[in-house]
Amino acid sequence: MASSSFSSADLLRFASAVASGDVRVIDLTQTLTPEFPVIVLPPEFGQAAPFRMEEISRYDERGPGWYWNNFTLSEHTGTHFDAPIHWITGRDLPEASVDTIAPRRFVAPACVIDVSKQCAEDPDFTLSVDHVLDWEARHGRIPAGAWVLLRTDWSKLPSRAYANMKDDGAHTPGPGAEVMKWLIEARDVHGFGTETIGTDHGQATHFNPPHPAHHYIHGAGKYGLQCLCNLDLLPPTGAVIISAPLKIKQGSGSPLRVLALVADGDRE
Amino acid sequence: MTEPLVKPKRKDPLKRTRLPLSPQGARSRTALGLVAAAAEGRFALQVCDQCAKIVYPPRDACPACFAPAPPFRDVPPEGALLATTTIRTSTDTYYRERMPWRVGTIRLDCGPSIVAHIHGDVSDGDRVRMSLHLDRSGQAVAFALPLTETPAMADDPQLREMTCDPKFRRALVTDGRTAVGQAAAKALSDAGASIVFVGLADEWKPFPGDAALRAIPNVEIVPLDVTNSESVGDLAADIGGRVDIIVNTAEHVRPGGLMARRGLVVAREEMEIRYFGLMRLAQSFGPILRMRGADGVNSATAIVNFLFVHALANLPEFGAYSATEAACLSATHSLRSELRPGGVKCINIFHGPLETEWFQTVPPPKVAPSALGKAAVDALRRGLEDVFVGDIAQDIRARAAANPKALEREL
Repeated sequence: MASSSFSSADLLRFASAVASGDVRVIDLTQTLTPEFPVIVLPPEFGQAAPFRMEEISRYDERGPGWYWNNFTLSEHTGTHFDAPIHWITGRDLPEASVDTIAPRRFVAPACVIDVSKQCAEDPDFTLSVDHVLDWEARHGRIPAGAWVLLRTDWSKLPSRAYANMKDDGAHTPGPGAEVMKWLIEARDVHGFGTETIGTDHGQATHFNPPHPAHHYIHGAGKYGLQCLCNLDLLPPTGAVIISAPLKIKQGSGSPLRVLALVADGDRE
Repeated sequence: MTEPLVKPKRKDPLKRTRLPLSPQGARSRTALGLVAAAAEGRFALQVCDQCAKIVYPPRDACPACFAPAPPFRDVPPEGALLATTTIRTSTDTYYRERMPWRVGTIRLDCGPSIVAHIHGDVSDGDRVRMSLHLDRSGQAVAFALPLTETPAMADDPQLREMTCDPKFRRALVTDGRTAVGQAAAKALSDAGASIVFVGLADEWKPFPGDAALRAIPNVEIVPLDVTNSESVGDLAADIGGRVDIIVNTAEHVRPGGLMARRGLVVAREEMEIRYFGLMRLAQSFGPILRMRGADGVNSATAIVNFLFVHALANLPEFGAYSATEAACLSATHSLRSELRPGGVKCINIFHGPLETEWFQTVPPPKVAPSALGKAAVDALRRGLEDVFVGDIAQDIRARAAANPKALEREL
């Protein structure tokens, strides 16, 4: 065994801190419901299936002592994880589908960039390198291997405002092309997470390259998280994210439970 | 003169809702030829192809020349009302609740005499127009109507037993996002429906015609997604007892045959929206409709389906969609049988290509959505079961009846 500075006693200390509440577990997951919006592509493209549930039995003639359901949904419905293979830029990378990604990659620290005020005024708010540098001036440099989570408070909006679809496309905030390239190349982030329906800006079809978040994140073998909530409960730095997708053979992504661990000692 | 219907009062919650009863519904196989005509609103009797005698009641052989199986053909419906009787009591459970009831004898200009139900606006000696109607048992009966339209003619209580008139009834249009849904809502409102509930799925998704839809008198928008069992169940729990007519306008027209598409995603969407959607509506609303088949002036009365006529014969250009529609057609036959004990009709309105986006590449003739809305109301008013709207639908129907194998090759 290689020597390690982290012992089982440390791990047990962590477990008891979770049990006692000294480490808080914050659920960043939206409830899977039939009503939650899914991404809408032009009608001639294939569409992601929304969440649907059919009762198998509920203590009735179909099964007198038990209640259970069948459900259907796409890999990209509800709060979900995007694997590199989701995008054409990541198609040839190793360990790029949800079943082959190393499990240690499902635990990583997070930097939370709060742009909720700007988004409240401008649904087309576009994150730039300057915004991130400004954040770093206050909270320190984004370490390599950290999630960057964009807090927009979009998850608090009712469905119509959340999807915000107009006749020229969706108007929801997200990153510009330059900042995505920079986050990957200059900061080597673990991935990028949003509260909106996708990791990209609502108008990202018109960016160069189109859908820059997907383009750069997955092209570099990194990950996406979207439809997150409760980002307002996280500190700017110091939270640890647990985000293990379902082990779907050749899966491009997966609905999942996203949990954040927050040590209360930080906030006081 | 028929007394115009007045809008029914709200129900007395202390009174039991009467269960629907059916008039006597047994017929010979030959007599079902009348049902085929009544289902489409035609007046057809047997016409002997040997001696040309017009035969009534239906018989297995011509009573004049003994030629077997005289075929049913459309015949002129005019005649003279010879005599009427008002029945004031009966041992029949259906009719005793509906007394008094007028019957009479009509001599048709084309020959036979018929004992028939009589409209309130005609009396002995009048010229009348005969029609075949489907009664609450689903069987064909003869009905003598005034030769020309009279005021409030549709409100005659005997005639209203045979029809599904939207006047003072409450309708549910299942999808207001479609052009056909918006046209149906307008037509039902114009026809005097007291409420037109209009279902909308994914309220967050904008759609053309939203404002105009909301502006239609008596329209109430309700959340409904026929692909979501919970949504259909929730709506039935809320308004099921106040829906007398369902017009299913959920559609998902997509081109391509079985091999033209990659995978099953679109086919599943078609089946979810069309076939399973119909099944969800049937499961959640059907039992309530059937139970309310005799619930006064605004009794539950019909489910209306719009079906692509290529349910009858597959159009390979829209091959997978045609197959979905064939599944829906078959399902409506089951539904019809299941609703019949309540006297509730299942009306199928067949159409060819529509003037809508997904038929953009198909050449005319195409059917305007407004024509389908009007056809739905017309079918309800006449109590029809099968309606073929437009040249394509009528053509396919005729060719499918004449030689289905030839039609399969021609398409």
